[in-house]
Amino acid sequence: MWLAAALVPVIATDLPLSPAVDVIALVGIFALARVFVSLAAMDIGTSFGTLGARREMLVGFLAEPALLMVFFTASIISQSTSLITIVETLAHKQFVLYPSLAFAAVAFVMVLLAENARIPVDNPSTHLELTMIHEAMILEYSARHLALVEWASALKLLAYTTIGIALFLPWGIAEAGDWGALPLALAALFVKLTAAGAGLALLETISAKMRIFRVPEFMGTAFLLAVLGMLIRFLLGS
Amino acid sequence: MSAVTPLDLLGASILGWMALGLAGLFAPRRAILALIFPAGVAAALLVAGAGLWALGAPAETAVMPLGLPDLPFHLHLDTLSAFFLLLLGAATAGVSIFSIGYFRDMDRATLSLLCLEYHLFLASMALVFLADDAYLFMVAWESMALSSYFLVTTDHKVPEIRRAGFLYLLVAHVGAIAILMCFGVMQGGHGDYTFATMRNAHLTSFWASATFLLALFGFGAKAGILPLHIWLPEAHPAAPSPVSALMSGVMLKTAIYGILRVTFDLLGSPEWWWGTVALTLGLLTALFGVMFAAVQTDMKRLLAYSSIENIGIILVGIGLAVTFHSFHKDALAALALTATLYHALNHAFMKGLLFLGTGSVLHATGERNLAKLGGLIHRMPKLALLVLVGSLAIAGLPPLNGFVSEWLLLQAFLLSPGLPQSYLNMLIPVAAAALVLAAALAGYVMVKFYGIIFLGQPRDEKIAEAHDIGIWERIGLTWLALGCILLGLFPVFVILHIDPVAQLLVGHTLGSSAAQTGWLTLTPIQPERASYSPLVLFLIIAVGIFFTLFAVKKFYHGRLRRGPAWDCGFPEQTARMQDSAEGFGQPIRQIFELFFGIVREVPSPFDKKPHYHGETRDRLWDLVYLPIARLTETLSALVGRLQHGRIHIYLLYSFVTLLALLAFIR
Repeated sequence: MWLAAALVPVIATDLPLSPAVDVIALVGIFALARVFVSLAAMDIGTSFGTLGARREMLVGFLAEPALLMVFFTASIISQSTSLITIVETLAHKQFVLYPSLAFAAVAFVMVLLAENARIPVDNPSTHLELTMIHEAMILEYSARHLALVEWASALKLLAYTTIGIALFLPWGIAEAGDWGALPLALAALFVKLTAAGAGLALLETISAKMRIFRVPEFMGTAFLLAVLGMLIRFLLGS
Repeated sequence: MSAVTPLDLLGASILGWMALGLAGLFAPRRAILALIFPAGVAAALLVAGAGLWALGAPAETAVMPLGLPDLPFHLHLDTLSAFFLLLLGAATAGVSIFSIGYFRDMDRATLSLLCLEYHLFLASMALVFLADDAYLFMVAWESMALSSYFLVTTDHKVPEIRRAGFLYLLVAHVGAIAILMCFGVMQGGHGDYTFATMRNAHLTSFWASATFLLALFGFGAKAGILPLHIWLPEAHPAAPSPVSALMSGVMLKTAIYGILRVTFDLLGSPEWWWGTVALTLGLLTALFGVMFAAVQTDMKRLLAYSSIENIGIILVGIGLAVTFHSFHKDALAALALTATLYHALNHAFMKGLLFLGTGSVLHATGERNLAKLGGLIHRMPKLALLVLVGSLAIAGLPPLNGFVSEWLLLQAFLLSPGLPQSYLNMLIPVAAAALVLAAALAGYVMVKFYGIIFLGQPRDEKIAEAHDIGIWERIGLTWLALGCILLGLFPVFVILHIDPVAQLLVGHTLGSSAAQTGWLTLTPIQPERASYSPLVLFLIIAVGIFFTLFAVKKFYHGRLRRGPAWDCGFPEQTARMQDSAEGFGQPIRQIFELFFGIVREVPSPFDKKPHYHGETRDRLWDLVYLPIARLTETLSALVGRLQHGRIHIYLLYSFVTLLALLAFIR
């Protein structure tokens, strides 16, 4: 999760590590983290551990295609799967509103909610058997290890939010080599993150947790929205 | 005397394998294990080395004065053959080393027969890759099918295994007939069955398409493309594990080789809709395979379905390459083809590793059913580590090898806009989405596979007596696991070696652009478009883990307490409360209920001895195969009416036939 956070061009587009990984690999890293957390949960060998692992992988495999489709839409617009190029294209080259990106943005928010164990899909503060997903996996951790796990989930949320900001609200991100713009970019990021946090809180307040088997429908909607965005891009070129 | 060429080395290895197999019939048990299998490993390494050498060497041709009079065997070694020979040699070396340890408890009679069939199987696969005429190709193809049939039925005393073997033989022969017809069409009535003539023959569009479809059917039966996959989940659990590893890792690739050979080399200029057919079939196969893998309870069946999935992914790559090639976008075709070949190589390593791993589990516990396993990481830590590498690789996670080929394939998809066919342009995003879904589900399957076998608590008392793997098994598995890791970390080197194949088939390569930013970073087209550097990724992950561990250890008081599991305060914990394999697959079964034929018997609440039975059936079996079987039975019953056992009626038949023929000729 640290790694993922280090790779997203949030403040500046000239990050040293970015050429190593593009968006597809980024999704791969998220998957790697998810697989290891699930395996660790299965290792305990309790009923809740495996239950959590199973549900987390369920949400994961439904969310992953939707997430990739969102990235594909963005990458077809910018002709690249490198996050830097995507952000540079979207932020600086032309100032156009893409309808396909609007679809992608909605899908991305849905994926973000699901992947970060937020309310309609999962509830981060529950310990009720019927509703736990992520919590069920980390039930047996305590002290510093629990802190590490919680920290990692917080980082994941931060990473997702910043990816969303980079893709859909890229204005204000400093260009490569432009050190003067950095403070402004930092301030812009702070404002955007606050807004995103408030938006997340609002979303969680107004929606109710759904049954686990409604999740495939929810993620299916996200997936279809993302595919629709991509089709619009392909067919209408907008 | 002329210098030694790669073809000489290959010939020597093939003859060596045959001789070793024959020697196995007469050698005592210990000699088979201590001499013949190690010698087979040496031959495999020689094949791999010769393949690697031939990738950089010009093509070679040879005529062998064997076979029927006036019909000699033609051998031809070009880069496509060389690549697949490299795959064969490298994967076989690992499997053969493993076999030394795995077969050590077998009695002599079985072992010597197995040794013969095993080495003949290897030799015939190598000959398939080298054949340059339809005659030798079919001979090698059939001996491959027959030797593998006998290998599958090694435990022929079990009725299910005999049944599985029969099914395999049947599908293999239906496929072989289609391949034979495909060659028949391609020789175009000249009566000359060498591949050189076929290359020069100009077929009309209709006949070329017929050839392609026949090849797809025939080779598809061997590869397990939908709906001809039916033998895979039966034959793989039946065969001994090293044989499953070879069949899944290498033999399925002979079919991929056949499709590539016929489509790109012998037919030459493909039609665009061939690509669409292959793409659609590949996607269906991949999704079907992974969905069924998720609900399996037998670990080898699970891997067999996972093989079906991977063959589907490879076929998707072939489909894309054909499509791009037919529109003369050869750079893209090279990208798709490279991804395809890369995935074939990866699959040989990771599926070999996983099948061998299940073999070790089977050997140690005697149990193939996932519901009885669990917690093996404490009993077999070395095996658990090696299998973990294979599981992560096949789930397509960075920085291992499965990810590289899937990444390349997705890049090929993303570069596809701008094809002249607008329907194709619509199909391709959906196809990319389906591929991603299959890849994501593969992660689910592998968490299930690994988590249920190795993690948690043992679900059966027998597991407590399991012993870890021996030295030979460990060397074999480590070889394959190292392959997975190195193929994942150094993709640029691998692509440079795949380049000659792409040059041969589509006339374009990826190497110049792939390596333009040095060997560290893989950039298929341009650095701005996409780049991936697994080694950097791996190092960052390693450093991250190291620092986290260091921080936790350093600032921790060091008193780690492992309490009993809390489990939300539930007091009675037993191992049976963990998810079984069926339980873990339950969400998939519920979501994709439409595609499965589910049979379930749930006991009533008043049952004194409750017994649950659930089975997930393949609907295609009921929809396609059973009607065909019934039709065959009806037809043969009808034909059977002709048979009375009375000689004068038979004479009457001959007389009537004679009369009819005379009337026909006149």
